[in-house]
Amino acid sequence: MNQMQNFTKGFIKENPVFVMLLGLCPALGVTTSAFNGLGMGLATTFVLVMSNLVVSLIKNFIPDKVRIPSFIVIIASFVTIVELVMQGFLPALFEQLGLFIPLIVVNCLVLGRAEAFASKKSLPVAIVDGLGMGLGFAFALTVLGGVREILGSGAIFDIDLMPGDFMLVFVLAPGAFIGLGYLVAISRKLNK
Amino acid sequence: MEYIVIIIGAILVNNIVLAQFLGICPFVGVSNKISTSVGMGGAVLFVMTIATIVTWLIQMYVLRPFGIGFMQTIAYILVIASLVQMVEIILKKVSPALYQALGVFLPLITTNCAVLGVAILAVQNDFNLLESVVFALANAGGFTLAMLLFAGIREHLDLMEVPSLMRGVPIALVAAGILALAFMGFTGIV
Repeated sequence: MNQMQNFTKGFIKENPVFVMLLGLCPALGVTTSAFNGLGMGLATTFVLVMSNLVVSLIKNFIPDKVRIPSFIVIIASFVTIVELVMQGFLPALFEQLGLFIPLIVVNCLVLGRAEAFASKKSLPVAIVDGLGMGLGFAFALTVLGGVREILGSGAIFDIDLMPGDFMLVFVLAPGAFIGLGYLVAISRKLNK
Repeated sequence: MEYIVIIIGAILVNNIVLAQFLGICPFVGVSNKISTSVGMGGAVLFVMTIATIVTWLIQMYVLRPFGIGFMQTIAYILVIASLVQMVEIILKKVSPALYQALGVFLPLITTNCAVLGVAILAVQNDFNLLESVVFALANAGGFTLAMLLFAGIREHLDLMEVPSLMRGVPIALVAAGILALAFMGFTGIV
């Protein structure tokens, strides 16, 4: 697999949310609008790339038995960095995402890539994988957020598309499940 | 009275799975059968309660006095990860029967965001120790309730004729959406 395929596989073919069903908690919890989805996706991308980088660098020094706890500490450190930076520079987004920022630490996607990919591959491959998977995750969250925002409030990225009443239910909890269900079905069709 | 408010709020109004979107991975992953849902619910109840007590003590007696609140995420996840390991070892020795029932679910719980989420929420809401315990128990109950309802629905869904693209996870997610819609009916009772 060349680097280009390594990068693009995260978008459609192995999309973390629509195909692999990883990281569903933030995917459902924060996607009330396209902007929130994008913000969460980019925060996760940063953590994913940095943890893949560090794990790949020190993979030969970590004893096999304590590798999972070591990965968790590495991931938690970068999550703390994201938390503090976002609180300082993007307080409005930080309020919106709330609890889901510290919860990046238990996102199965991040630990899964560290364990299954970065701890076995060389540095450049691991970084490209982290970037591709992270942006694929951000793409999925933005699409789900966009669909919910259009159906629920008739706007996208806070720009009004059409006036009138919309299906408020799509901005609330049930809309997240239903929207994701149909998007998973559509991605199956695309991958056929 | 305030304990009743916490319990009803956590189980029905702000159900941890259907309204707060925590613990979705086990909710979608292991809710195929009612029996596995009960096992997972029991394991979560056990770990969530102990984890909330331990992280609450660490928050009050270590992180706050030393002014290192920014270490919260790292400290909590380490506590939960080692706690799960410890519970597994102790359970194996003390109660092999319980270990048999919960064993396979325990390692999955480290990455269950519901456990870390409830621990953080308990501190954010300024609960005292007893309120935190009640909060953790009620949330675990809410998790188990959602798992059980959903497993019952999925067992029936398996027998239905569903378009091939929607079969499995997509139709389950749509069903979960309708279940969440039903739970919205509880909004405003506390």
